[in-house]
Amino acid sequence: MLNLAIAAAIAMVILAMLLNLFRLVRGPSLPDRVLALDTLSINTIALVMLLGISLGSTVYFEAALLIAMMGFVATAAYCKFILSGNVIE
Amino acid sequence: MLTELITSLLVLIGGAFALLGSIGLARLPDFYSRLHGPTKATTLGVGSVVIASLVDVAVDEPGLGLRELAITLFLFITAPVSAHMLSKAALSEHRRRQEAGPSEQP
Amino acid sequence: MIARMLPRPFLSLTILALWLVLAASVSFGQLILGAVIAIVVPIATAPFWPEPLRVRRPLTGLRLLAVLLFDVVVANLRVARLVVGPLERLRPQFIEVPIDIEDRFVAAILGSVVALTPGTVSVGIDPRRRVLLVHALDEHDPQALIDTIKARYEAPLKETFGC
Repeated sequence: MLNLAIAAAIAMVILAMLLNLFRLVRGPSLPDRVLALDTLSINTIALVMLLGISLGSTVYFEAALLIAMMGFVATAAYCKFILSGNVIE
Repeated sequence: MLTELITSLLVLIGGAFALLGSIGLARLPDFYSRLHGPTKATTLGVGSVVIASLVDVAVDEPGLGLRELAITLFLFITAPVSAHMLSKAALSEHRRRQEAGPSEQP
Repeated sequence: MIARMLPRPFLSLTILALWLVLAASVSFGQLILGAVIAIVVPIATAPFWPEPLRVRRPLTGLRLLAVLLFDVVVANLRVARLVVGPLERLRPQFIEVPIDIEDRFVAAILGSVVALTPGTVSVGIDPRRRVLLVHALDEHDPQALIDTIKARYEAPLKETFGC
């Protein structure tokens, strides 16, 4: 039962990521693309965690945590770039 | 058996909300409306997937379950902050376009 | 001496707890390492932190947290319904919510709370005019929304931090 649920959830998350990809390519504005990228990284966390549950392994946790932190920092940097045209003053 | 049921349920709910958030991102007409999907639905979706993993792990090793909770907490703290920064960036971008010329409206 | 080494005891405690949780062990070595980080990080990041806040009414804060958890779920169901429904009926709009919180940090917390709760995302805070700019996805009665935000989130937040 759990394997079936995980398979269904992975399918849904992959569909979600395709929709994000559509928004990333389509735009139309720069903030839209950054938002799509941010959502992609959050969905990647879900994907990695699902893989971890289905393989019964806890090593995927570190990967998920790193993606969560890097995703947030990247979004902050992109926003700063849009706001002021540079990332580091 | 019970933990398997709870984990399956949480995993399905999580996947569904992640999908709904992205449907919002792809479908809604303007940037500020699109912001609603990922900030709310995706955060809860991924949050419940992570909690499913917590339930799955905590049965064997309760100490490891707490780490999963840290990711969920992190997501719930950062989601509004990224949404806020993005909307500020969008406001300034919008203003710049208006100054450049109204013909460039999205 | 202790006040100099631990300018923010609560922050230090949180860092230590988080370190132990992430390391998933409470061995002596991890305890020492966590303690060193808990002492160094608050000192190193001191310039970035706002004035320390004092929690005056912890119970009100906890009740707000419970309300918030409930509202996050409601908010998600609402967004989910709006997103799959017909889009022409949506009325997205900007609403200016007047706030009377002086502390910038508490105002930022209110902004985050508004972003997680039903129907709204906070777009900007204008500390000079004391206005929180909010974007609502589908709102037919802006005044009702302003009243809800003020009564449901702002009032308990002000009470908790006593400002």
